[in-house]
Amino acid sequence: MKTEAHMTIDRIKCEGHGLCAELLPELIRLDDWGYPIIAHGPISKPLAPLAQRAVAACPVLALALRRESRPR
Amino acid sequence: MSGLRLLAGPDLGAGPEGYADHVRRLGQPTLAGRALIEALVRSGLTGRGGASFPAGLKWRALASASNGSAVIVVNGAEGEPQSHKDRLLMVSRPHLVLDGAFLAARTLRAASVVVYVGEEHRAAYAAMERALRERQQAERRITRMAAAPHRYVAGESSAAVHLIDAGIATPTTTPPHPREQGVAAAPTLMQNVETLAHIALIARYGDAWYRSAGRRGAAGTLLVTIAGGVAKPGVLEIEAGTTIAEAVAMCGGLSEPACAVLLGGYYGNWLPAAKAWDLPLDAEALRAGGVGLGCGVIGLQPASRCGVCDTARIMRYLAEESSAQCGPCFFGLRALSDACNRVAERGTNRDDMARLKRWAVEVEGRGACKHPDGAVMFMRSALSTFADEFASHPAHWRQQPA
Repeated sequence: MKTEAHMTIDRIKCEGHGLCAELLPELIRLDDWGYPIIAHGPISKPLAPLAQRAVAACPVLALALRRESRPR
Repeated sequence: MSGLRLLAGPDLGAGPEGYADHVRRLGQPTLAGRALIEALVRSGLTGRGGASFPAGLKWRALASASNGSAVIVVNGAEGEPQSHKDRLLMVSRPHLVLDGAFLAARTLRAASVVVYVGEEHRAAYAAMERALRERQQAERRITRMAAAPHRYVAGESSAAVHLIDAGIATPTTTPPHPREQGVAAAPTLMQNVETLAHIALIARYGDAWYRSAGRRGAAGTLLVTIAGGVAKPGVLEIEAGTTIAEAVAMCGGLSEPACAVLLGGYYGNWLPAAKAWDLPLDAEALRAGGVGLGCGVIGLQPASRCGVCDTARIMRYLAEESSAQCGPCFFGLRALSDACNRVAERGTNRDDMARLKRWAVEVEGRGACKHPDGAVMFMRSALSTFADEFASHPAHWRQQPA
C-alpha cells in the first residue's frame, strides 16, 4: 500500500485570502476573483512540507490535506 | 408497449387518484425487504431527479447503514423551470409516490419520512398532503411535509437536508454525504418522486416486468417534459430508448423548424438538432454519448430564435440562483453571465469570447454542490453548438427581448 496526499478545500469556508497560492504556487493558482485553483493529482514528496505550511496558514481553515491509501 | 405505466388509470385531468381507487386498481405491493432491493438492482432503475444514480445500489448502501434511524426524503422540489413531470405525477398519482416512500421506510427500517415538495407547486403540495391523510395511522405517524423554497438548488440533496433540519435550503459541504449523515445526522435516502413511483410498481410486478418495456436495449419507461417549439408541449411517459424524434412526434411534431435541442434542462446540454434527433432517451445510452438525461426536459429550440440570446438569459438565471456561498460559483457564474449578455446585447467581441471559454472550464468542480458544474457544462455546450452564432453575433438584443 502507498499513501498519497491530496489537497482538499472547503469551498463554503474559503474566502479567497490567497495565502495558499503565495505559499504553494507549484500546486495552487488563483482565479480572476482570487479563489484557489488546485492542481489535480497527489502531492509529491518534496512539496509535502510546503503543502503542510499552506494548510496551516489558511486563515479560515478551509484548506486540508487528505491522505488516501492506494494499492500499488 | 401496451401503454402507460405510471400514468395508467383514470384521466390525468381528473385530479389525484384517491387511496381506495388506487388500491382497487393496483392492489398492494408484494415485494419488500431484501427481495425488493435485489429486484431494484436487477431492474436497472436509475434515479429520475437528474443524477441518474442506480436506485438499487442506493438502497443497498442505505440498508447496511441504517440501524432503524434512517430518514426517507421524498424529493418533489422540481426546481427546474421547464420540468413538469414531478408535479404532474404528484397531482395525479400521489399514492404511487407514497407507496414507494413507505416501501423504502419498511425496507430500510427508517424512523421517519419527509415529503419535500416545491412551495410554488401548490396543487402538488396539497395533493400529497391530502393523500397522506388517507394512509394508515402507522404511516402517517412517521411522516411530515416540508416545503422546498422556490430556488433552483433547493432540490439538491444537501440543500434539502439543510432545509429540513435548519430551515435554510442552501447546500452544505460534503462529505459527509446525506446518505451517511443527512436529516438529523441519520443516514438519509433522498429519492425523486418519479423514481419512488416506479419502485411502487416494481414491488408489485417485479423487475422482469419493468424491463419488458423499453426500446433499443433500454429498460422501463420514463417521464419526460417536451418544451419549446412543438405542437403540444407537455409531459409524456415514454419507453426508455425512444428517440427524441419519436418523442417530438408524440407531441404532434414540431411547430416550426428546430435548430437545436436543450437536453436535460438548465444543467443539460445544447445539441444541434440534426445530432439530437436520433438520440435514444435513456440515461445509460446518453451517458455513453457524453450527455445526460438530467431531469428529462427536452427543449426544442425554434430556428427563428437566437441561441446566443437564450443562452445569455439562462446563464443570467443560473448566476442568480447561485446560493452565493462559494466564491467560484458566485463570482464565476455572474462573470460568465455578464460576458454572455454583453455578447448578446452588443455583439461578439474577442475578449469576452476568450473569457467565456476559459471560465467555462475553470469554474468546474469548485463548488460545494454541483450548481457551478451544471451551469458551465450548459455554457460549454452552448459555445460548441452555437459556435457560428457566438463567433459573429450582431447587437440584436432589441429585436429579440428575453
